Amino acid sequence: MSKVAMDRLAEATPQRLARGVRGLSDRALAWIFVGPTIVLLLAINIFPLIWTIGLSFTNFRVNRPNEDIRFVGTQNYTRILTDTDIWLSMQATAHFLFWTLFLQIVIGFWLAWLINRKFRGNDLWTTIIVLPMMLSPAVVGNFWTFLYQPQIGLFNYAVGFLTGQDPSSFSMIADVSLAPWSIVIVDTWMWTPFVMLICLAGLRSIPDSIYEAAECDRASPFRQFWTITVPMVLPFLMLAVLFRGIENFKMFDLVVQLTGGGPGSLTEVTSINLKREAFEKWRTGYSSAYAIILFVTVYGLAAIYVKALNRVKQR
Amino acid sequence: MSSFSVTEPSPTQKWVAGTLVALYALVALMPLVWIIATGFKSPSDAIAYPPKLLFEPTVEGYVNLFTTQTRATPEALAANPPETWYERIVAENNQTIVGPSRFGERFLNSVIIGFGSTFLSVFLGTFAAYAFSRFKIPLKDDLLFFILSTRMMPPIAVAIPIFLMYRAAGLSDTHAGMILLYTAVNLSLSVWLLKGFIDEIPVEYEEAALIDGYTRFQAFWKVVLPQAATGIASTAIFCLIFAWNEYAFAVLLTSGQAQTAPPFIPTIIGIGGQDWPAVAAGATLFLLPVMVFTILLRKHLLRGITFGAVRK
Amino acid sequence: MRGHLATLAAAGTCLAGIGLSTASASAADLTLCWAAWDPANALVELSKDFEKESGHKMSFEFVPWPNFADRMLNELNSGGKLCDLLIGDSQWIGGAAENGQYLKLNEFFDANGIKMDDFIPATVVGYAQWPKNTPNYWALPAFGDVVGWTYRKDWFSRPELQEEFKTKYGRDLGVPANLDELKDIAEFFQGREIDGKTVYGAALYTERGSEGITMGVTNILYNYGFKYENPDKPYDLAGFVNSPDAAKGLEFYKALYDCCTPPGASDWYMSENIDAYKSGQVAMQMNFAFIWPGVHADPTVGGDKSGYFPNPPGPNGHFAQLGGQGISVVANTDEKDAALAYIQWFAQPDVQKKWWSVGGYSALRSVVEDPSFATSQPYAQTFLDSMAIVKDFWAEPAYASLLQPMQRRVHDYVVAGNGTAQEALDGLVEDWTEVFEDEGKL
Repeated sequence: MSKVAMDRLAEATPQRLARGVRGLSDRALAWIFVGPTIVLLLAINIFPLIWTIGLSFTNFRVNRPNEDIRFVGTQNYTRILTDTDIWLSMQATAHFLFWTLFLQIVIGFWLAWLINRKFRGNDLWTTIIVLPMMLSPAVVGNFWTFLYQPQIGLFNYAVGFLTGQDPSSFSMIADVSLAPWSIVIVDTWMWTPFVMLICLAGLRSIPDSIYEAAECDRASPFRQFWTITVPMVLPFLMLAVLFRGIENFKMFDLVVQLTGGGPGSLTEVTSINLKREAFEKWRTGYSSAYAIILFVTVYGLAAIYVKALNRVKQR
Repeated sequence: MSSFSVTEPSPTQKWVAGTLVALYALVALMPLVWIIATGFKSPSDAIAYPPKLLFEPTVEGYVNLFTTQTRATPEALAANPPETWYERIVAENNQTIVGPSRFGERFLNSVIIGFGSTFLSVFLGTFAAYAFSRFKIPLKDDLLFFILSTRMMPPIAVAIPIFLMYRAAGLSDTHAGMILLYTAVNLSLSVWLLKGFIDEIPVEYEEAALIDGYTRFQAFWKVVLPQAATGIASTAIFCLIFAWNEYAFAVLLTSGQAQTAPPFIPTIIGIGGQDWPAVAAGATLFLLPVMVFTILLRKHLLRGITFGAVRK
Repeated sequence: MRGHLATLAAAGTCLAGIGLSTASASAADLTLCWAAWDPANALVELSKDFEKESGHKMSFEFVPWPNFADRMLNELNSGGKLCDLLIGDSQWIGGAAENGQYLKLNEFFDANGIKMDDFIPATVVGYAQWPKNTPNYWALPAFGDVVGWTYRKDWFSRPELQEEFKTKYGRDLGVPANLDELKDIAEFFQGREIDGKTVYGAALYTERGSEGITMGVTNILYNYGFKYENPDKPYDLAGFVNSPDAAKGLEFYKALYDCCTPPGASDWYMSENIDAYKSGQVAMQMNFAFIWPGVHADPTVGGDKSGYFPNPPGPNGHFAQLGGQGISVVANTDEKDAALAYIQWFAQPDVQKKWWSVGGYSALRSVVEDPSFATSQPYAQTFLDSMAIVKDFWAEPAYASLLQPMQRRVHDYVVAGNGTAQEALDGLVEDWTEVFEDEGKL
């Protein structure tokens, strides 16, 4: 809005009226503005969290209204931490986390680096690449089970076409050695564009003058890449890892639709495991403790990570 | 730029980069193309081996998506010949239409809950973001971090107490319950994004207005809001897309009344078996609006998906 | 749409009915919840008679099988008011009864002359009673169901295959007399070229997410000697669940899965098996009896092309996994009287007869014991034979906690190929013992 428009607006408001209405003090206004948001978050986030902590020390079950609620101390916690099945699902989560992050960083960075060549039409291609990440993971994940079907699925057919393998000879979702990769592939397909976009912002933030100076010093392109490009993009990359890490630690919808945690419980990531405990077995107290353990883990890891991120940024 | 600039890639480099990116984009686009194409296939074409790239399009999947069918003997069909074009399509598979399906309702639920929660979270978020941007608030950084941190909790973990709360309050499986929940989840996004947008509006405008006799609220309402309109609009679209895509809360907290489309679409089945063309038709209708929004939003995309952490 | 016209007509008569019967009972809007499958569509048709007679309006909420238990148990536990009537799965009855989620029907049955003796005994125990074998009724048997086998009669009767089979196995290619013979047949068909297409032996239940693989594997386990508990000492599991015979049964299921199923059949349940069978991929399929009317009517595999047989006996028994459901009134309903009126209407012999004729497996003895029943459909006799040998999974209130580890352990062994059968069942004993300890039953 231009200053002229500003003036016109001020003129249009009758001075007398404006002065007549006594404005609230800034402090009061601040609380009125922030209040509803805080109240809603307290009601829908904090109050339930406290409730969960309370429940985690009991044997409460949602589906047993007639049973007495007993305080069981830290029994739920010790049971979870000593349960091998839960460690297995932690492992499944770790495998998923590590490989999705790794692939997304490598492919995402590579794509951003290419797009930064500023070729014609890069806006169009970028938009196309970005599409998968905006879509509903549940709906898309469900459809991927169709793409993964031996014989009739497009994925198997494409792999067969490229490698000469019989498309009905392998099943991404059924095979023990392939199933963990089936979820990694779909998540990488969906979220590589996210890492790409952030890397692209990082690349574009590097002033041309630095490269020009390096060129004067006769630094090789290889050297320029490792001494300028990578360090300058690193804070952005770490931010991308933070976002993806948190999201994939919580991962539920995509994997539920793709493998349902199978075969066996090979791809049963923690969210699926927790859902089974909480909403299929209805062990509310036990799963509350499980939920708290997951909170603490994700907060803990995120806090450590943010510290590291800040150190990199300051450098 | 002159052709000899060190930062401007050579034409060959550009050509190679462009080709590689285009290739990736086309491969990445295939699953989406396949969803749309499958929606127009007949059930037998959909499960043909090898997969059919060329096929005779039919709207059978869409008819099956919007209707409930039941089996009918050829004799019964002969006695009661189909009247409309869509009845004729299902009659070819020895079926008749017995009524509409639930897809329309579920889609509408997605619209109601999506828009309702978006409106609320942007409405509340705008006020909060303005306050965080302009006023001195004790523990501001802590509050802001607290707001952001609500997004870190796994939805399944949040759902356990919400389930109990909603059961006690009669909010399970209601539009209101889902709108409140999605609003709370989206508030972190809307506050952070909008704070960023409002931060960029020079304070001088408001100061001028205050000197002109505006109250603080008037200054906010008449000066800041119009300036933030683009930011508010793109924030709204991001909130809408989140609510639109959300699955975990929807599958756990809704049932027959307020169920949205994401938990519903994967459960579309035809007579005896998964009806892939109908699933694909439902997915197409559901995903298309988001694709359109994404294209419209591409300038603000980065900012939206990183909670404003990266601006460009 | 004709369907709509019929509904309108029904609504018309119902309005007229209200006008005449001076508001004896106001018209209620009842919602019936069930799984989304063929029988549900038949029930919609059948219920139109109820709407006409009673003036009440029926709505339906059908959920596909893989999500059915999740959605409906969630609904019950969240105190939702979606369903007035629920045709809930047989295993839910313990929990629903003990937690007061279903209305107890004893008084209602007595007052209206509905006698449980009139229903097939196995369905009364399986679908209506809790605790089992006591006269406490929480449901009316609504839909009899049991796992059986469907086979391609047209393939079985091809002379060249007949001959080849005979030279290879020394007996005729036909309905298998026991599980080993079933495996022979499945092996015989696996990978065979029929009409230019590669076909496979059998479609089994392997689904992981809900109850699929358990509903499949139990058919074999029972017949190899698996027992849920010590018959003399409840909840005593060791040596019954994980007996060496039971382990052999589990090995057999894995062998059958490894040798004779289509590629990628690792997460299959009812609908996937139907798909595979109808598209001509498999010679046999394991599936619940509910599919038979649909198979019989199918344009490509229906009529004479398909045959049906009960689960074959194994070395140590002859059982089949019970499916099916009873109809219950959800305790939370606001329309209790109308819901009960529906059950009363549904229990009538004439209605039950019509239920069978439209594709619903009536559990009423007067229907299935009618001399004409066995020949009324090609699968009717197989259904009767199968219902005579049924056995069900735990129906304890903790059923979901018992089902989960079984799904996991069995899928882990059969599909993922981890460990041995004995280890899987030993692990299951551990898991189940823990559940019963938590329940205070041990």
